[in-house]
Amino acid sequence: MTPRRAPAPSPEHGSLDGLLASREIIVACGPGGVGKTTTAAAAAAMAAARGGGKVLVLTIDPARRLADALGLEGIGNTERRVPDEAFASAGIKPRGELYAAMLDTKESWDALIRHHAPDARTRDEILANPLYRNISGRFVQSHDYIAMERLFEIHSEGVYDLIVVDTPPTRNALDFLDAPERMAEFFSSRLLRWLIVPYRSRLVNLASRPFYQVADRILGTQFLADIAEFFILFQTMYDGFIERARAVERLLADRRTSFIVVSTLETVPLREAEFFAQAITERKLHLGAIVLNKVLPDYLRDPEGAVVAERLRDRAEDIAAALGPTLGVADTAQIRRVLIEVGQNYMNYRLVAQSETEKRAELSTAAETLVSVPYFETDVHDFAGLMRLGAGLWGE
Amino acid sequence: MVGLLDRRLVFVTGKGGVGKTTVAAALALFASEHGRRTLLCEVDAKGDVASFLEAGPTAFTAGEVLPGLWAMSMDTEASLREYLRLNLRIPVVGRIGPLAKAFDFVATAAPGVREILTVGKLCFEVREHHYDLVVVDAPATGHIIGQLAAPQAINELVKVGLIRSQTDWMLEILSDPEQTAVAIVTTPEEMPVNETMELADRIRDETTVELASVIVNRVLPELFGRSEEEVFDRLCLDATTEELTRLAGDDPTPVLTAARLAVTLRRTNAGHLERLRSAVDPAVPMLYLPFLFARFHGLRSVRQVAHALGEELGF
Repeated sequence: MTPRRAPAPSPEHGSLDGLLASREIIVACGPGGVGKTTTAAAAAAMAAARGGGKVLVLTIDPARRLADALGLEGIGNTERRVPDEAFASAGIKPRGELYAAMLDTKESWDALIRHHAPDARTRDEILANPLYRNISGRFVQSHDYIAMERLFEIHSEGVYDLIVVDTPPTRNALDFLDAPERMAEFFSSRLLRWLIVPYRSRLVNLASRPFYQVADRILGTQFLADIAEFFILFQTMYDGFIERARAVERLLADRRTSFIVVSTLETVPLREAEFFAQAITERKLHLGAIVLNKVLPDYLRDPEGAVVAERLRDRAEDIAAALGPTLGVADTAQIRRVLIEVGQNYMNYRLVAQSETEKRAELSTAAETLVSVPYFETDVHDFAGLMRLGAGLWGE
Repeated sequence: MVGLLDRRLVFVTGKGGVGKTTVAAALALFASEHGRRTLLCEVDAKGDVASFLEAGPTAFTAGEVLPGLWAMSMDTEASLREYLRLNLRIPVVGRIGPLAKAFDFVATAAPGVREILTVGKLCFEVREHHYDLVVVDAPATGHIIGQLAAPQAINELVKVGLIRSQTDWMLEILSDPEQTAVAIVTTPEEMPVNETMELADRIRDETTVELASVIVNRVLPELFGRSEEEVFDRLCLDATTEELTRLAGDDPTPVLTAARLAVTLRRTNAGHLERLRSAVDPAVPMLYLPFLFARFHGLRSVRQVAHALGEELGF
């Protein structure tokens, strides 16, 4: 097998190909609904097919057919190899190996607890605590931290040459970046200790008494006790957690890691994507590329096309009459309707395509690479479709 | 089923990127133009509502942005402050300093606290009859369940205390289909449709709120009927294209290709819509809003969507 990373001098400027070849971790982020998950999978598949080595795509919530295409149906956290037959179905003989895994939040949290718990009793008590079950299961915020945590875990095992990770749809654009920091802050908070005090000793100092009284009236004593118990248990894992959160942070800031922002050229997603790009740069993280997905084809921007379309629409009656015999259609009114629709349709799509061109021109970015991927008429529903998108990403 | 506009509290949700905020703004605008004093609340606080309505920045205190239409953005800390002022008569003036820190901490520690303050504020507006209708630009699919289910979750976790008694009346409002509903916005594409189907199930299984409608945004127009499509197919034959070039004065290929693209897209979308219709409870109405081929963005597009929505609602 060809080694994936030859001692190349510097990454090929301005291509996704070069970026992926020179990194160990690629984090795909961006607004929802722009094809982020599919883009991450396609990029990983291309890296495995062309570059070689062992490539893993860690996805959060893939569409069922994408999961099928990757052979992920019904598996949780375990990494699975995408069979060579999948590549063969797309007419490709891959140089490397592609693996895929899906993030199971609950399972990942449980694994983390097992890893950090000092003893079996603490472990079991935490796993059974109602607050813990709520945090790890019902509430989605925990996605943010656990996705990055799992990335760290897999990376430190050193099995893969490249890991492409999809990010969860976060309420706040940058939650996932802040998650490790927030986690560390949370566990080192003095407030945490302060809250736990009354449950450890009866001696509540005078200054803090009003706070407990308020908290007590709002939340009820039992609930406060539940919270305290949870954190007393969690404190036993405190050092491990802090250390881990800091390590995750360092890994994200490392030059081996690069971020890709995925967007479309629609107004709202693009605004959000620019915000992402800016925030990544501000945090001194590496912004490797911006991928613009679903860009309308160039033939919609053809000035002659507009002239023809308007003519078909505005002179539909005459043209329909002249075309009738050639088409072998007697009902020229029907031809006329078709010509009007066809002409108007072009003008409609042209308007959208032009607005995309303008927005792309306005896009200011610090990314080394800007990639536009054409709009595909059908969804990605098999491996061949994924490779087609991949070829688009590679600019082919 | 009670009409969308005849409820008191409507949560508008959907996958990111489907036009959820536009639809929420359009629904609120339409309601306000039909005699309902309406409050539009943005939960995600991204400032989109303000930009869509071309109003100044929204705040926790609602402001009238158009006649009969008020807008606010959710702020859980401000909500807590209001709550404390109203319920505990705690003098909370100016910065609440350590209390805010404590709140941040408890909110992180006890999941559901932020959600309950959001839903609590909304239910409060309904209970106090400040408005006829409260439209919520709710969080995206992944987060809405957490929010709608928060009162129930808190109810299970907290056995006594003020919060417990609060969740009881909140649940009453949320569970009453005469008052409260959720509408899912989607587009006729694969992932949004999948998420809508899953969300519809989860709303039924995990919350007490009624799903009142599925709003399909950006539906592409049908270019041709079947016999017209045959005419179009003949237009695309090489011989005809040559003559068409002569008649139109230039190569029509881009124009014909664009029509082919539109037909294919519409067909792909139709497949997803069929899947959606067969999966969603037949009692839940589906509303269809057209794709807007336009370059503008803002109040004008919200007005167009509001108009289309009004037609779908039978006005």
